[in-house]
Amino acid sequence: MGTVLVALVLLAAGGVGSLAASSRPRLATWIGSGSCAAACTLGLLTAFSSLGRPPLSLRHPWEVPYGEFALEVDPLSSFFLLILFGLCLLAAVYGAAYLSRDRTPRPLGPSWFFFNLLVASMALVVMARNGILFLVAWEGMALSSFFLVTFEDDKPAVREAGRLYLIASHVGTAFLLALFVALAAATGSMDFDRWRSAAELSSPASAGLLFLLAVVGFGTKAGLVPFHVWLPEAHPAAPSHVSAVMSGVMIKMGIYGLLRALAFLGPPPPWWGATLLGLGVASALVGALFALVQQDIKRLLAYSSVENVGLITIGLGLGVIGRSYDLPALAALGFAGALLHLLNHALFKGVLFLGAGVIAQQAGTRQIDRLGGLLKKMPVTGACILAGSAAITALPPFNGFAGEFLLYLGSFHGVMALPGAQGLLPLAALVGLALAGSLAAACFLRFSGLSLLGLSRGDAASLARDPSAPMRFSMVALAVSCLLLGLAPGLPLLIVEPAAAAAVPGVVPAGTLAGSVELAGRIPKVFALLILLVVALAWCRRRLLSRRDVSVAVTWDCGYERPTPRMQYTASSFGEPIREMFAMLLPARRRVVPPEGFFPARASFQSEVVRPFQERLYGPAFDAVSRGMSRLRWLHHGRAQLYVLYIVVTLILMLSWFLASQKAPL
Amino acid sequence: MSGMAPALIGIVLALSLAPVAPGVIARTKSLVAGRKGPPLLQGWYDIGKLLRKGAVISGTTTWLFRAGPVVGLAALLTALAVVPSMGAPALLAFPGDLVLLVLLLALTRFVTVLAALDTGSSFEGMGASREAAFSVPVEPALLLGLATLARGTGALSLSEMLGPAAGRAWLAMGPALALVGVSVFVLLLAENSRVPVDDPNTHLELTMIHEVMVLDHGGPDLALLEYAAALKLWLFEALLVGLLLPFHTGSLAADAAMFLTGMALVSVTVGLVESSMARLQLPRVPQLLLGATVLSGFSLILTLR
Repeated sequence: MGTVLVALVLLAAGGVGSLAASSRPRLATWIGSGSCAAACTLGLLTAFSSLGRPPLSLRHPWEVPYGEFALEVDPLSSFFLLILFGLCLLAAVYGAAYLSRDRTPRPLGPSWFFFNLLVASMALVVMARNGILFLVAWEGMALSSFFLVTFEDDKPAVREAGRLYLIASHVGTAFLLALFVALAAATGSMDFDRWRSAAELSSPASAGLLFLLAVVGFGTKAGLVPFHVWLPEAHPAAPSHVSAVMSGVMIKMGIYGLLRALAFLGPPPPWWGATLLGLGVASALVGALFALVQQDIKRLLAYSSVENVGLITIGLGLGVIGRSYDLPALAALGFAGALLHLLNHALFKGVLFLGAGVIAQQAGTRQIDRLGGLLKKMPVTGACILAGSAAITALPPFNGFAGEFLLYLGSFHGVMALPGAQGLLPLAALVGLALAGSLAAACFLRFSGLSLLGLSRGDAASLARDPSAPMRFSMVALAVSCLLLGLAPGLPLLIVEPAAAAAVPGVVPAGTLAGSVELAGRIPKVFALLILLVVALAWCRRRLLSRRDVSVAVTWDCGYERPTPRMQYTASSFGEPIREMFAMLLPARRRVVPPEGFFPARASFQSEVVRPFQERLYGPAFDAVSRGMSRLRWLHHGRAQLYVLYIVVTLILMLSWFLASQKAPL
Repeated sequence: MSGMAPALIGIVLALSLAPVAPGVIARTKSLVAGRKGPPLLQGWYDIGKLLRKGAVISGTTTWLFRAGPVVGLAALLTALAVVPSMGAPALLAFPGDLVLLVLLLALTRFVTVLAALDTGSSFEGMGASREAAFSVPVEPALLLGLATLARGTGALSLSEMLGPAAGRAWLAMGPALALVGVSVFVLLLAENSRVPVDDPNTHLELTMIHEVMVLDHGGPDLALLEYAAALKLWLFEALLVGLLLPFHTGSLAADAAMFLTGMALVSVTVGLVESSMARLQLPRVPQLLLGATVLSGFSLILTLR
């Protein structure tokens, strides 16, 4: 426990130090990223050493009413701490080089201050065992990430994204506040240990209400549809190492919160599982579909995070359904699948965001239709992005396979075990998993194929090359861990299983169940066979061609001699057939000027995918709110005397209410 | 070791006879059209010819272009180890191997599409885009069909689902399995670029999906791709035969004879379909595939009663 506290203090000191050194950017970067890397290493050591041990805890009185400085590291916390410190370590190394290459000089001190604050508050969130401390850490996380998102605040789009993010976080936190107050009222304490008995104290109806509060509050942070609108705006706006941390770790804090809330609320009725499953399927499909039509590569990755949070939530839903219908196998596969996918997503989304950052910096654009041919210019970055794309598509032998394998097994178990209409729930999970999986495959083929392969479509991209050593190191480390955890899929289960058991009382280890045993058994052998076959075939191919004529020519374009980059298929056209299949969900706005006359001079075609959630749901809703608020404008005169009067009237009203309520018991 | 003998013989049959299946289809089409047709071994002759050639490689391409055929074929060869044949369990059968099969097929598609995009050609881009788009309904359809089988047989391994257990499931829920059979047959046509989804005979530029993606591959690379395509057809036919002929006599010769007859019948059926209808208009293809998905989903709902 002591080392984690040292790490937290180191983060705080490094943050303040880097803020103090603001006037000297290089020094600020060294202090900020250095202290963050050191603290993350310390944190990793603690999290590793706490594995397989009884939970560590620390309690210290705190002057805040109802507050207590209560920390604990149980297997669920150490699971999240491992992901958090691991990814933040690599992000800090990458970020140091990334920010110093930024073309417009911006103050680096504050950026590192908030980065360290973000890491520290996320660590506090997963260790806090007191409601007030949790909320303070939660708020620290939201605010520090807001300042990180608005790092490039000279751009209007970034300011707009930051504003949306700030509003969304606080709407989510408002629901959490209501949840925590209700839990405290039911148990008379802000202590997490006392909240475990909340289930016995509350009626099923009020438990259901608390569950819904938790789903909205934590679901907003996790980016579940329909609370996801902030995510695809905020994540692309942040610098890439921050996007990686936000997508890889920060949104998972919502999942962590949901898991803790489920433990407080007791045995779940089936509709909870159905709700989570429905939100998960909706998020997976909406995220995958919208990712497929994005032009901006970082926005594409952000939508893909919505999809993956959806897959994780499908796992939670399956797990909850398994608990309500008393199917331990389903519960185990659901929860373990969710946590394993969460871990894997941190790794491959990390490498993809870091890679996208390199593309944006080197090619000078994030528009996929202006990229192309980057694999030749930056072989290391390109290979890392390809590995990340294969992993996120759950292809063997990468790490994405194992998590989705457990989720598929879970839904198959559900389909086989649940009778009648109940079987429709795992059926929906299966459809969601399969459809989102194939859409994600198409999406990442589009992303990696059109940005890395073919010929460069823009001028700026021709000067691109691999970045400096620290940035390469972070990307390669993540890509290699994607491959290694894929080749040994039983290994991550060693930390996933205790975490699932700590989150859900009485859940059996998933790795002992039919099918998932093979993650440590036959699946690594199959992967070894696959790699062996690849090597053997590649060797045969090389042998066959070694003494033959292998010539290089231009790409065959049906007799036309000079193919140009502009003749290539574009990313928009690549995704068009799928957009048309789902045109109901992905309406496009088109402006067409058709060619006219015998000698057409001007013709143009523009198409843009509509954002239905913003334009049809939240836009009108927020407009209505602001219209309603404008009715209250007469209260605002701008005269100080009147405001003093308001305060006096409010005080008198509150005082009389207080006195009235005091009299009642007498 | 004797327990593994049928599985090993099944793999040897697949490796040696896979390029013959397209030959059976071509011969059927020729006979229906009143022609003599190419020899049954034409697939092997083509592969042999290509393996003896050099190669011309586009200057636009990278290592991915060369890796595509190699990884794609390796994935399909690995898939052979989990798909049962002749009513006997596959070599590496385990509960959940159906998910592995679906994702190995996805790996083949992934590398083939990337290799096509690597050339920077608009034609190959088009083929790649269609391959990616048509796979979207295929994966759910296949998994839903397999889920019906899993529910009917109570097993999670292809080898158990398609073995004798499927025979008992036919008695219990025949209509649902018949729907799965139809759905898998449509998927077979779509995934292997046969009529009515694509026409493998209209060569090069006029073909819409698979052939257009491999325009720039030549020599041994093309040989690997052709062999992989034949294996993929074989895998789907083996799934269909395992579903429709779920018998296991115990005598190796009888099992092998029945399996090969089934495979030949499926190939002939594909040939008859190709002789009797034209390629669908491209925008109609997703509707056909969606139909297959709905059939699979409906079959599963039938079993949920």
